[in-house]
Amino acid sequence: MKKELKIIGKPTPKLDARIKVSGEAVYGNDITLPNMLHGAILRTKYPVAKIESIDVSKAAQLPGVVCIITADDVDTNNISYLNDHPVLKKGEVNCIRDEIAAVAAETREIAQKALTLIDVKYKVKEGIFDPFEALKEDAPIINKFAPANNDKNIAHPFHYEHGNLQEQKDRSACIVKKRYNLPRVTHCCMGTCAVTADYSKMENRLTLYSQTQMPFLYQRDMAYTLKMEPSRIRIIQPIIGGGFGSKLDMYPYEPICALLAMKAGQPVQIAYDREEEFLASPTRQTMVIDISSGADKNGKFTFREVKIIMDNGAYTSWGATTPFVMMQTFSSLYQLPACLFEAYAVYTNNPYAGSFRGYGNPQATFAVERSIDLLAEELGMDKAEIRLLNANFKGEITGQRLEFISCGHRDALEMVIDKSGFDGKHCSTGVSQATQQNMKNSRSDTLVACGMSLKYESSSDKSVASTIFQRNSERYKRGIGLASMVHVGGGAKIYPSDGCGTTVKLDNFGYLTIITGSSEIGQGSETVLGMIASEELGIDMKNIRVINTDTDVKPWDVGVHASRTSFVAGNSLLGAVKKLKNKLSSKAVQLLETDIEDLEYENGLIKSRKTGESIKTDKVVREIHFREPNELCEESYYYEPDSKFQDKGFKGNVSGTYAFAAQAIEVEVDTYTGNVRVLDVHVAQDVGKVLNPLGLEGQIEGGVVTGMGYALTEELIIEKGMVLNPSFHDYKLPTAGDVPDIHFYPIETNDPKGPYGAKGVGEAPLIPTAPAIANAVSDAIGIKIDDLPITPEKVLKALKERIV
Amino acid sequence: MKKLINLTINGLSYEVAVEPRQTLAELLRYDLGLTGTKIGCGIGDCGACTVLLDGVPVFSCLTLAMEADGCDVLTIEGVADNGKLHPIQQAFVDIGAIQCGFCTPGMVLNTLALLRKNPHPTEAEIRRALSGNLCRCTGYQKIVEAVQEAAITMTK
Repeated sequence: MKKELKIIGKPTPKLDARIKVSGEAVYGNDITLPNMLHGAILRTKYPVAKIESIDVSKAAQLPGVVCIITADDVDTNNISYLNDHPVLKKGEVNCIRDEIAAVAAETREIAQKALTLIDVKYKVKEGIFDPFEALKEDAPIINKFAPANNDKNIAHPFHYEHGNLQEQKDRSACIVKKRYNLPRVTHCCMGTCAVTADYSKMENRLTLYSQTQMPFLYQRDMAYTLKMEPSRIRIIQPIIGGGFGSKLDMYPYEPICALLAMKAGQPVQIAYDREEEFLASPTRQTMVIDISSGADKNGKFTFREVKIIMDNGAYTSWGATTPFVMMQTFSSLYQLPACLFEAYAVYTNNPYAGSFRGYGNPQATFAVERSIDLLAEELGMDKAEIRLLNANFKGEITGQRLEFISCGHRDALEMVIDKSGFDGKHCSTGVSQATQQNMKNSRSDTLVACGMSLKYESSSDKSVASTIFQRNSERYKRGIGLASMVHVGGGAKIYPSDGCGTTVKLDNFGYLTIITGSSEIGQGSETVLGMIASEELGIDMKNIRVINTDTDVKPWDVGVHASRTSFVAGNSLLGAVKKLKNKLSSKAVQLLETDIEDLEYENGLIKSRKTGESIKTDKVVREIHFREPNELCEESYYYEPDSKFQDKGFKGNVSGTYAFAAQAIEVEVDTYTGNVRVLDVHVAQDVGKVLNPLGLEGQIEGGVVTGMGYALTEELIIEKGMVLNPSFHDYKLPTAGDVPDIHFYPIETNDPKGPYGAKGVGEAPLIPTAPAIANAVSDAIGIKIDDLPITPEKVLKALKERIV
Repeated sequence: MKKLINLTINGLSYEVAVEPRQTLAELLRYDLGLTGTKIGCGIGDCGACTVLLDGVPVFSCLTLAMEADGCDVLTIEGVADNGKLHPIQQAFVDIGAIQCGFCTPGMVLNTLALLRKNPHPTEAEIRRALSGNLCRCTGYQKIVEAVQEAAITMTK
């Protein structure tokens, strides 16, 4: 008999919600330590220059300044996995973020004032801001620490292939070649970067209050950079005001803060304001994707040939490894016989890119899903049908040797096609480009009418504008677009271990503490862990506490990335709970005089199903603890997913399982202003099993809206290496008024390896959004969308060009 | 030159010396330790620093501390009543309107002002009222639902 679940699958408020809603939660820049100083960083005035001299003497004399450091004052190793990034720059600067000096002072104001008194003499140089320029023969070397074995200005090359490309090209009935340009967007965590460093000379111990989402790798990186023993460094994570991948790397401001604290002999805090956040924190990779993709006459996909040039910026972060994820999409999203993939992270003098929720997949999926629409159009096929025909399936082992042990790809596609009425609304089935064009005007009446019948009432309620507009079929054109995605859903084996450790401790009063290696960055993972323990041990959520913020206490975990936490930390917790339960059950069997199979954990009790007798769980703990042989009710477990390292050709089953999703999005384009309004979003996602519907829906809705920003409004504009729009005034995030109805349909495939069948969720929802919107805009007005964001300016320009 | 001002914050009277250039957000956070008020941008773009000044929602990062002289200030720390969450806060918790939580204090205070003025807002009115409060985590959906839920509870 399948046991009925008591809390798993039920909406459960976050464990940290009460402290967050009441102002009690302490974020990075809320921390104050006794005698704490405030640090500030002097960044270069010009993106590329020789530093001829730095004079700090005037700044040092400013009352309240405690210490100043430049590269000459410190002995550090470079940061980044390629070791190409000095903490403080010496002799030259290579991008506008470059740190030249840092000050610690008694107040923020004094620290800022001191920066203005540091006199730097620059000799400005020409920079290279286009990766294609950087690849030219005569281009100068941009990063002198770059790996010597690579071609010039290439930070990291990637090459992947499977299948017989030529054979598949030859049998293609249709080949589409495109170039897509994807923009630079940034995380916009509402809480800006902040770190507080506290150094004890007596203990030679450094404590960092850091927002990292990878505390153990951060500890190791920090130790390497500062030339310290890792175990002398303790990382404490305060409440984190948004991560989204931005806190995967360690950045120079963090060791700089530590260096200031060590020199001053007092704690130091560095906290960015919003402008510094825009200027100095990482971005999603901007990239140019050349893709050629084919299908046979029946619409079966034959091959993809892809070459990507990514703007790495002046230094390397983990973000340079996004091709690792992108190649999974190019090789394995939909069944594909052959794939050739090349990507180059290329140094430029632009601000460096980092990792961002989706990790390259939004870009890759955009290229794949836009190209599928074009293939369907060329073949005169239905855009839903071509996707269903090629959908991934359970049991599939892809060309890259990813193993889809559970797979909701087709189910997700069918769900959004059905729910959005996709077939009914889009009209490109079986017609050529030219006919379609002629049909546009005649069908627009039908489209609007169709759209109105679909939830027009509720979407009109959303926007003041739509109640005022008299719908005008000449002016407003509606369209619908479809896109899907595959992403790792059970961790990603990149580091020597992809595991997570957990200790569970049940105290004498029946109160459970879960000490997990995993981190909470707002995504709700600690709540899911609490729920799992509550389900297994029958302990109420209010008697469960999760400890997850201190590297001195918690066991090792690789960090929050790759949508892995519920899967990996969940399985780790289940392992620990199982051991604890064994201990409790052995004692309970004696006390209740029954068999182990007969026991049930519920409402703080351990019950015998047979006799109906029960005993309080805390009493069992006391029996174990206070009677011979006197043991604690405490167990630890380390879980390692059974995924594989990929070989040199990037082949192998890198994740415990994979997540799938599809979205159908309806838009309305104002052909007078070029404005695109998203009307309705249908999301189906293979989540394996719903653990906490509240957290899940929050991840979905938030992801979709981030994807909408990527599609329509967001771009960090860089000109000659300078950031032109470092504020929310000029960098346009979606607001409450911009957001449409989001309809979410979870697909439960009950993954055999996931905790209760669950798989990773976090990154997926934003991945198909931009291509679905681009496909919808293209459907609405018949223009090709090759670039993001789809701004009114671009739409109007394309419409004008079409008329001419 | 610092100047003494008198104000009420969350029902308590304060006499504090403030710099002419000091903002209300800085006074609350740095001088009084009321760090529940968040600074997300410092220039009035994001709404995280919203507090109620004599019942009116203001960006405390754009309000000089001196402007609060003689005023009644409500910050997030004053919304709950001795450990019991206000219905708006309870709705944010129950509906799942909180992820990283950084925007939450500003959202809650702005909602409080909205519901005092308009106890039965339409969805469009809620979205318009909150359009000056940015959130990167939730996509706003659950926040809007929480406001709707709170409106129902508060008018029961």
